[in-house]
Amino acid sequence: MTEPLSFELSRPAVDPPRLPGAEEGGAALGDVLPGELLRSRPPGLPRLSEPELMRHYSRLASLNYSISENFYPLGSCTMKYNPVANEAAAALPGFAGLHPYQDEETVQGALELMWRLEQALCAVVGVDRVTLQPAAGAHGEWTALRMIRAYQHSKGEARTEVLVPDSAHGTNPASAALSGFQVVEVLSGPDGRISLADLESKLSPRTAALMLTNPNTLGLFEREILDIAELVHSTGAMLYYDGANLNAFMGICRPGDMGFDAVHMNLHKTFTTPHGGGGPGAGPVGVKSELVPFLPSPTVERTDGHLTLDHKHPQSIGRVRSFYGNFGMLVRAYTYILAMGGDGLSQASQDAVLSANYLRKLVEGDLEMPHDGPCMHEFVASANHLNHENGVRALDIAKALLDRQFYAPTVYFPLVVPEAIMVEPTETESKATLDSFAHAIKEIVAEARTNPQGLHEEPKNTPVGRLDEVAAARRINAYLQGQSEDPVLRWKSPSETAS
Amino acid sequence: MADRRYSKTHEWVMVDGKEATIGITDFAQSQLGDVVFLELPAAGRKLAERESFGVVESVKAASDLFSPVGGRITSVNEKLAAKPELINSDPYGEGWILKLELAGELPPDLMDEAAYKKSAEESAGH
Repeated sequence: MTEPLSFELSRPAVDPPRLPGAEEGGAALGDVLPGELLRSRPPGLPRLSEPELMRHYSRLASLNYSISENFYPLGSCTMKYNPVANEAAAALPGFAGLHPYQDEETVQGALELMWRLEQALCAVVGVDRVTLQPAAGAHGEWTALRMIRAYQHSKGEARTEVLVPDSAHGTNPASAALSGFQVVEVLSGPDGRISLADLESKLSPRTAALMLTNPNTLGLFEREILDIAELVHSTGAMLYYDGANLNAFMGICRPGDMGFDAVHMNLHKTFTTPHGGGGPGAGPVGVKSELVPFLPSPTVERTDGHLTLDHKHPQSIGRVRSFYGNFGMLVRAYTYILAMGGDGLSQASQDAVLSANYLRKLVEGDLEMPHDGPCMHEFVASANHLNHENGVRALDIAKALLDRQFYAPTVYFPLVVPEAIMVEPTETESKATLDSFAHAIKEIVAEARTNPQGLHEEPKNTPVGRLDEVAAARRINAYLQGQSEDPVLRWKSPSETAS
Repeated sequence: MADRRYSKTHEWVMVDGKEATIGITDFAQSQLGDVVFLELPAAGRKLAERESFGVVESVKAASDLFSPVGGRITSVNEKLAAKPELINSDPYGEGWILKLELAGELPPDLMDEAAYKKSAEESAGH
């Protein structure tokens, strides 16, 4: 059962809310704004009483699905539980009530938190300095590439290419292209890891950097990382670490020690800040000493216990975010790090790897495993065999999981695996949850063999059933290309239909 | 008219005199699934061999399109803007993408149908 739009629930008989004092006193709008900016008729807002509106939003909220309710095995996204303690810390008035224009002397505590978080992140990834400004992982990638470019320009080099493996996150080539580099794809070998021979053939004096995720998107550790780093550095290029999978080995090994020169961290994956629906994120970037002069400005410095914002960085790439990044996320991440401690972080990574390998073992008889295990914190299975046998695709399995009270895994990524199903259980799930998920997979695979048509029709228990994604995408594109008037919205405001 | 030739990146090319018609293969469309959008260049642009000239987007993925041959674009299939599904229903016919005025010879590494079929099967994992 879906919920109508608030506009569809609107009743003309409902009086608008009366705000005390709105009618009397104050200046008339016409005295403040020029006449041509005033509305000739009231805006077409829905008219609902307060209880009606409250119930509308509560019903919408009840249709939602979140990590607070059930398992969310979305590979690559790392949907781990967000501890309540993080929220309590971020809500402290001393943090939540700050204004970004406050004088430095009055925000010493906030600056201290930023400084300490930087120290902690430096220790986890093995770099010399960290900027907390970038507002998301991809923003971090872009920030790092700008620093790499500025560093290379300062040495009189104009390198134009960025190498990206074929199994990379889509953000890697996007960030490189947005930074003005040519993207060159590096192939994976049959074991799912980067092909050293192909890498060697693509490295040249034009190469600015290789962007690499480790473990890679197939959940496999790039065992030859030290050789990769040596190859890349021998051509004068830099090695960039896409930190999306850092949660696989915190406290076990460090990108800095593997030879990476710049590293981004997704606080919302590794350090349990919430995944916003496009809302505030944080993607700090750590760098080795050569790149430090190019860090975004200002940096937070501490001398004799006194904190300052230092703007004197003549080679800095400048600010990449207004003020100091998404500060509330920094508070949450630092709270998590303090609550866990070094040993706790290392245990979290080990548990994440254990969960993934346990689940992989449970479902390996049901789904194809295109690469040999063991895996790291996630694994990529394939529904290719079911597709060939019965026409049941990864998409059908994902939809059928929704009917069994689970969120779907990531499907069709990475692109190097046909009919990919990418599962990341994270460290926060119990054995019972993993068992029941594996049981659901078994049930669905059995149904694929006995009743494939039934699977094409799932989900049936969700608020909306199988959506026609193709038609939706085509209609939006036709609209964007000016070939259709309005294919998307089912509701038009009365003022729009009247005009 | 010569036979269709295929690239490793799953484009096909058919040459008639100096005119080359290019599109994506049946295997490529089946791997992409339902195509929902194409970003295509304008006629007149010169393409180098293997140059990326556009993007094909399905609900599953967006992939770059590479020109298997070098040449100047003489026409773009206008029908695809309104009907991207032609790529799925008729990849070698009505779903053609570009016509080029061929700049030189066909690159020798383009495959014939049998060789392409073999290479596509390998990349599909079967």
